[in-house]
Amino acid sequence: MSNGSSSNNNNNNTARFDAARRVAIFGGTHGNEMSGVTLVNLWMQNSAEIQRKGLEIKPFITNPKAVEKCVRYVDTDLNRAFTQENLSATGGDELPYEVQRAQEINRMFGPKGSAEAYDVIFDLHNTTSNMGCTLILESSKDAFNLQMMNYIKKAFAPASCLVLLNEHPLLKYSTSRSVAKHPVGMEVGPQPQGVLRSNIFEAMRVILKHALDFISLFNEGMEFPPCTVEVFRVLERMDYPRDANGNIIAMVHPNLQDCDWEPLNPGDPMFQTFDGKTIHYQGSSTVYPTFINEAAYYEKQQAFVTTRRETLAASAIRKA
Amino acid sequence: MPVRLPRLSRAAVCGGTHGNELSGVYLVREMLKPENRKEDGGPASLLMLLSNPRAVQQCTRYVDTDLNRCFTHATLNGPASEGAPYEIFRARELNNLLGPKGSRAAVDLICDLHNTTANMGLCFIAYSDCDWVCLHIFRHLQMPDTPMRFIHFDVSTKESYSLDSIGKHGFAMEIGPQPHGCIKSNIYTAMREGVQHMRDWVSCFNSGESNVSMAQLPVCRGFKTSKCFLSQDRDFCLLRPGEPLFQTFSGETVKYQGAEALYAFFINECAYYKKGIALSLARKRRVSVPSIRVQTDEEERASEQSFASEEEE
Repeated sequence: MSNGSSSNNNNNNTARFDAARRVAIFGGTHGNEMSGVTLVNLWMQNSAEIQRKGLEIKPFITNPKAVEKCVRYVDTDLNRAFTQENLSATGGDELPYEVQRAQEINRMFGPKGSAEAYDVIFDLHNTTSNMGCTLILESSKDAFNLQMMNYIKKAFAPASCLVLLNEHPLLKYSTSRSVAKHPVGMEVGPQPQGVLRSNIFEAMRVILKHALDFISLFNEGMEFPPCTVEVFRVLERMDYPRDANGNIIAMVHPNLQDCDWEPLNPGDPMFQTFDGKTIHYQGSSTVYPTFINEAAYYEKQQAFVTTRRETLAASAIRKA
Repeated sequence: MPVRLPRLSRAAVCGGTHGNELSGVYLVREMLKPENRKEDGGPASLLMLLSNPRAVQQCTRYVDTDLNRCFTHATLNGPASEGAPYEIFRARELNNLLGPKGSRAAVDLICDLHNTTANMGLCFIAYSDCDWVCLHIFRHLQMPDTPMRFIHFDVSTKESYSLDSIGKHGFAMEIGPQPHGCIKSNIYTAMREGVQHMRDWVSCFNSGESNVSMAQLPVCRGFKTSKCFLSQDRDFCLLRPGEPLFQTFSGETVKYQGAEALYAFFINECAYYKKGIALSLARKRRVSVPSIRVQTDEEERASEQSFASEEEE
């Protein structure tokens, strides 16, 4: 039973989950994020590397038209398209391409929220931000995912793999992976859009291997004892300073550029105008910014997001 | 004796030739603001413009076709057609505005602003290794925090295809690494300073005050490109025969098989994937640059006459 602490899952009982038999690996949700596109294409040709006993693992390109054109999306961002409204929309061919794709993916890997949905979906992404390896968690109460992320972090150490928690009621969005029971985002950067960097590619490949190992061990009956996981919880989105016409009038400050996950204190430099003036962070407490200067977020009015550090507790888990 | 060259009366600074290379886009926008236009005694006229406004608006490299390959004589003077790609239409507009290419009416100097995802620092890219104006500007630009190189692409004037080839003198100022669609403050600052130094030099040259002296400059001559993909971020490091070039997806190393040690650059430039180029190779050499000085009015009139007779040939 919960001990009253608001944001953790501290439970002396072992949580039981069904074996995770159906797993998908999504690449190309954004068509110009090359690590996932390349890995999924590789594994669709030769899946030896990702095979595990008793487990169906399906590599899948979610946005083939965007991949072909090497753009983020064709009509609308696929990774924002899995809203209930979109999934139940009528209109067939008239719908934006990505909405049609979302419905198709929901049929194949969902339906979202149902018992038939895939157990786990890994959604592979890159970012121009200096985020290193990041796992993205959508719920602080998903003990299975928390245990998986704990396992991956330990297996990947001493290299760093951090966890970003986006449970914010307004900033949370309907991702392609959200059709699964346990959605896991994997974000590796920095890498320019449309570019393949070997170190970034290898890192993503390794964390995915650890993730599949975890699922395999879990399915074989291993019990994972209670653990704690350090996460960075999304607080707010910070936009670029803009003029009355909406044009950007300042850039991420050189002191902040590439400093994802490092503390940003009140009064620290945050933006630099084109003529060299500094704009300082005016918040009331220290925050940990991330997604700093992600190219794709200029149009989403986001220069970076702020987070706070939290420790989540996960109950022990075992196959039901 | 310094080489005498005509005044650089008209110059142009162009940003957004590729719409997602943002340093130049933002710099030109800033320079166009009324509060930033200044009298600096430089060229009698300094044009600042966004070369590919549609691509800038969409934050994409180009709409139909790469604008920076559209400035060959053949493309500029070919038959006009309704259905022509947007960039060809735009190239002809720019040629009317800044050229015509090869004519006496062309602007004296074009500086075309670019970014690359490759770790190249600041590069001048030019077709000529004996355009003394460009070489002197490069020399003037020495910036303490930014590595700088001069790259000579050995393409004849007849075959030249880029925007800067419209002007009597021209070069691209290429700065990286920066992802496309992103603006990094240190890269922007370097470009802003580079353009300011260029303006200062032109101002100085035109005034005839300083005797811009002789120099020996290292120049990279890029002459070969090949399907490779390399030691990431090591632009301008020497690549020797037998050194690692690629890593396959199954972890094997593919080695450089060329006979000669060369300098690799434009390593892993995003926009070149489609062109089948993973990196370019260059030889380094030293170029002797004579001292130069602006012509007197009399000298300018005399050389105009000889230009006219060259045109007739």
